[in-house]
Amino acid sequence: MANTQSMCTSFMGQLLNGGHQFGSITLTSRTSLTSPTKDTFKAALYLVGATVNASTTAYSATNEVSSANYSAGGETITNANVPVATNSSSTAGVAYWTPSASIVYGASATPVTFAAFDAVLVYNSTQGNTAVSVHTFSSQTITSGVFTLTMPTSSTTTALLRLSTT
Amino acid sequence: MITTTKGLMDEALLDKREGTIENDNETTTWVEYWLDGELVHRSAHVALKKSMFAGLEAASLG
Repeated sequence: MANTQSMCTSFMGQLLNGGHQFGSITLTSRTSLTSPTKDTFKAALYLVGATVNASTTAYSATNEVSSANYSAGGETITNANVPVATNSSSTAGVAYWTPSASIVYGASATPVTFAAFDAVLVYNSTQGNTAVSVHTFSSQTITSGVFTLTMPTSSTTTALLRLSTT
Repeated sequence: MITTTKGLMDEALLDKREGTIENDNETTTWVEYWLDGELVHRSAHVALKKSMFAGLEAASLG
């Protein structure tokens, strides 16, 4: 089994149904939800033996890392960046979003110890822990230390999540 | 002072090792502290470079 980096297919379908909300928006119609608040997104780490990929539909604790000072479900993502949508031409454009801060697991006073892991699942903890995306990296271990995950630059070409018409 | 498997320890007493992984997907740095051949601390920092991309297409009608 292996982890595979990909946008979760279920997430794309949920986007079309308004199942996720990365930023605040004023809606013209949605009964009483005319000015909804942001959902909370979290980031959970997975062991190299896990299987999180495009088929993942929701957060699961199966094969998640575990440690003192790490709560199942991972860390809440700092989300100060509103999604941006910009046109590149009259027929194409890109919408993108990136967490606004690094995700830090553990601290000098509260270190963590993780067995080998290589993936993070971003998911919507407000909307039933529905999966958003999986991001992989080189296998790491942490021993009485800190793991920091820094996001790519928020732009039309490098943002963590990008939806684009072609 | 460094957090280790044996509690807080003076950095001067430990053997420090560092490394970097650089590829298209990430820039990763790590630091390890060893005591008499035993790994007692390891921290890592992964900076992701790539985004998740999904293309969208509107179907032609008619």
